[in-house]
Amino acid sequence: MADNNAREEDHEGGPIADEPIADEVAAAIVEKFPGSIAADSHGQAVVYVDRAVLADVARFLRDEQEFTMCVDVSAVDHLLTGTRHRPPGVDPERFEIVVNFLSHPRNRRVRVICQVPATDLTVPSLTGVYVGTNFAERETFDLYGITFDGHPDLTRILMPDDWRGFPLRKDDAPGRVPVTFKGDPSPR
Amino acid sequence: MTHFDTEEERLERQTDEGKQELRHASRTREVVLTGGGMWPEDELGDTMIINMGPQHPSTHGVLRLMMELDGEDVLLIKPVIGYLHTGMEKTGEELTYVQGTTNVTRMDYASNFSNELVYSQAVEKLLDVDTQIPPRARWIRMMMCELGRMASHLLFQATNGMDMGAVSMLLYGWREREECLRLFEYVTGLRMNCNYIRPGGVVADLPDGWEDRVLEVCDVVEAGVRDYDEMLSQNPIWRERTVGIGVITTEECLERSITGPILRSTGFAWDLRKSQPSLPYDEVDFDVIYTSNGDVFDRYRIRLWEILESAKIVRQCVEKMPPGDFRVQDKKITPPPRARIDESMEALIHHFKLFTEGFKVPPGETYVTVESPRGEIGCYMVSDGSGKPVRMHIRGPSFYNLQSIDVMGTNSLVADAVAIVSSIDPIMGEVDR
Repeated sequence: MADNNAREEDHEGGPIADEPIADEVAAAIVEKFPGSIAADSHGQAVVYVDRAVLADVARFLRDEQEFTMCVDVSAVDHLLTGTRHRPPGVDPERFEIVVNFLSHPRNRRVRVICQVPATDLTVPSLTGVYVGTNFAERETFDLYGITFDGHPDLTRILMPDDWRGFPLRKDDAPGRVPVTFKGDPSPR
Repeated sequence: MTHFDTEEERLERQTDEGKQELRHASRTREVVLTGGGMWPEDELGDTMIINMGPQHPSTHGVLRLMMELDGEDVLLIKPVIGYLHTGMEKTGEELTYVQGTTNVTRMDYASNFSNELVYSQAVEKLLDVDTQIPPRARWIRMMMCELGRMASHLLFQATNGMDMGAVSMLLYGWREREECLRLFEYVTGLRMNCNYIRPGGVVADLPDGWEDRVLEVCDVVEAGVRDYDEMLSQNPIWRERTVGIGVITTEECLERSITGPILRSTGFAWDLRKSQPSLPYDEVDFDVIYTSNGDVFDRYRIRLWEILESAKIVRQCVEKMPPGDFRVQDKKITPPPRARIDESMEALIHHFKLFTEGFKVPPGETYVTVESPRGEIGCYMVSDGSGKPVRMHIRGPSFYNLQSIDVMGTNSLVADAVAIVSSIDPIMGEVDR
């Protein structure tokens, strides 16, 4: 569709690489972790990092940038995404891990996103840096099947323990699985 | 209950839920088969693992707590959730942006306005209309959110009292909350799950005579709160049950992503309404309530006083409510007024298109937050230019607050565990989504 293509160009033509990064935290991450790409999403600071350094970025934010809280960890499945929003330079993969950080003393937020290919669904766990990401990572594992390396108790949290499949993946249709109850002898 | 010939067979057929471990592998022990005799003592002492819930009156819905007990002492607590998991985030990907608020309003069903607000603001940000929302819409949103906070905290006061054995509190809390719900019905048409705040504004203007109704509700609630304060705050039995129970520190709260009244009860005055306001909270006068002990009593006190602060904000809203539109006049996202549909073909087409296929949102991603009665509620939304979101994730404050029950509840008594669950004020619809 012509309309969509026009939009894609708009987004791909985003900030030029030489332009200074407006957000100081994003700039600090890019300086500390080469290869990271800073972007501005509707006025919010976003940094796209390599998934190998995700835990290091979190530690850097906590220890050196006063980011006191890791607010949220979640994931996105881009299997069926039509026009995908991404800043130039980011190599898109099927999954994205999205981590939101909040600094109380500085009263600001930063969002860190890393790409996860469908062939290797592992990212380092943040539980060693922020304990509070425990449940969130379990939920992401439960619903997307992404493994968090170093998580102390990576088990299903919302779905039943014997559930097969990962419901929030785009190729997991909600109506596909017939509803059964434990101990129900009916062959439904 | 099925009968099994041998213990091995029973263990083999045991459901997976029974195998979940409380401790790390090093502390688990092999199953001892007793052959019907006494259970042998082991080197860990006479501990016992019991399940509280998922159907337990004090667990606020369907929360299951696995507790390792030594007599009456709780050695470990592990919350087991998911019993109310209805796949609302998946449903959110199937619904258009117009329908989406119907879905999110059912997550935190005790304070639905915050959910609708955070969803609507995410959509507005992606549409880049967030700066064009008319002032009246923003003030109506603020007033309804504060009334929702009052209703939610009144529900907390009612159930918290009941959990501690002050059963009459249930009736009193419900009595005042009922007035709030009647007002919601008067304004939105529904008592709960109002679906009132929509992308672009609110669905309808306030009805005639709303000022008097709102002020009446404020009067009733404020009188009620003074009664609760008189009845409970200095009550020795109440203080015995709550003071010094379930203590948590600021550091633990921060590293465990705890927000809302629990964080404020540790002496950390953080409220998104003050620090990152998305509604005109900077134009009204109110205080952030915080205390320094971090126990069950402080969480009760904070929520009690927050009701009064919310009433203060609501009164100022009545005073300062600006005139004007109650939704953004953008024909792409706002349905035409009902009267226009009868006389204009275009209006009819707009209305039909909007409610069948919805509007399209340009590609992008955003995370917006609102201070709900339970803490920071966030909405992470990804759009791809179509009429439905690629991803609609709600960061539920109860979900994060509930996971730290082990910090608050370890080394307490079973009766305290009930008080601690109650003081977290979890809404399972939001925890499990």
